[in-house]
Amino acid sequence: MKARVTISLKNGVLDPQGKAISHALHGLGFDNVGEVRQGKIIELELGDISASDAPSVVDKMCTQLLANTVIENYSVELLD
Amino acid sequence: MKAAVIVFPGSNCDRDMKVAIEQSLGTSPIMVWHGDSELPDTDLIAVPGGFSYGDYLRCGAIAGNSPIMREVVKKAAAGTPILAVCNGFQVATETGMLPGALLRNANQKFICRDVHLKITSQNNRFSGAFKVDDVIRFPVAHHDGNYFADDETLSRLEDNGQIAFKYSDEDGTVSSKTNINGSCNNIAGIYNEAGNILGLMPHPERLISDQLGGTDGKLFFDNLINSLN
Repeated sequence: MKARVTISLKNGVLDPQGKAISHALHGLGFDNVGEVRQGKIIELELGDISASDAPSVVDKMCTQLLANTVIENYSVELLD
Repeated sequence: MKAAVIVFPGSNCDRDMKVAIEQSLGTSPIMVWHGDSELPDTDLIAVPGGFSYGDYLRCGAIAGNSPIMREVVKKAAAGTPILAVCNGFQVATETGMLPGALLRNANQKFICRDVHLKITSQNNRFSGAFKVDDVIRFPVAHHDGNYFADDETLSRLEDNGQIAFKYSDEDGTVSSKTNINGSCNNIAGIYNEAGNILGLMPHPERLISDQLGGTDGKLFFDNLINSLN
C-alpha cells in the first residue's frame, strides 16, 4: 500500500516562496494569477499494513515528523 | 562546571560554540554526536547553528527527532540550561521545547551580517550581562529566521517576559524597518516559560573578541558561565 501526504502552510502563515512564484508568473504574462501557496507532497511505501490500520499510522507519522502543525496542515490519501 | 555541545551531521557552528564556551569556562565542553543516546550530566547544553541533516524536510525537523534530542528534551524538562542558537533554535521549536516555528525569511534572502538587538526581558542566567532596553550587536547568518507563532502564543510570550531580544536599530528603536527577516513582533530570541531555555537566531559565539569585530558575545558567555558556576 502507498500513501500520499500533502502538506501546505496554514492560512495566515507567510509563504515567501509562493509570493515569488506569483511574481514570476505575472512576469510571464499570467495576469490572472492571484495568491500562490507552495506546499509539498510526500509519497510513502507502506509495505504490509492493513487498510484499516494505515490511516492512524500515517497520521502519527504526520504529527511526529512529516508536518509541523504549528505552521502546516496535512492531508493523507491512501493509494492501492 | 561542565558543558556539552550537540553535533549533528551538517552542524557548522559547533566549533565556534566550543571556542566561545572554552574561552569563558577555561575548559573544553564535551562534544556529543547526534547518534548517541546518552548525554552526560552537564550544567549547560548548547545546540549549535548549521544545517543539520541538510535542512531536509524542514529546518531542524530531522534533528529534532534524533535520539540525542530526546535526551536533551528530558534534561531541559529537568531544568538543565539549554542554549539553542540559529539552527539550534529551529531544532528546539521542532521538539516543542520552545513555542512557534521559524519560516523562510520574508525577503527570501539569506541574511549574513551584524544586527542590533534590544534586550526585552531580564533573565540573569542568559542576559545578566545586560539590562532591559540595552542594545547589543550579534551577527546573524540564516535563511529561515522568520519567527512565527499564533497571536495567542505571542501575547503569552510578551506577557510572561519570554521574549529575550528584538531586532532593533542601534538606538533601540524596534520597527518594521529594523525587522530583518519578517519575524512576528521583531522577535530574535525567546525563553521557555521556566526560563532555562534560550533560543535565538543571532550568533553570540561569533563575536567573542576584538579580532572578530566585537565582544558582546564574550560578555554574553562570560555571564552565562559565571551564573552557572
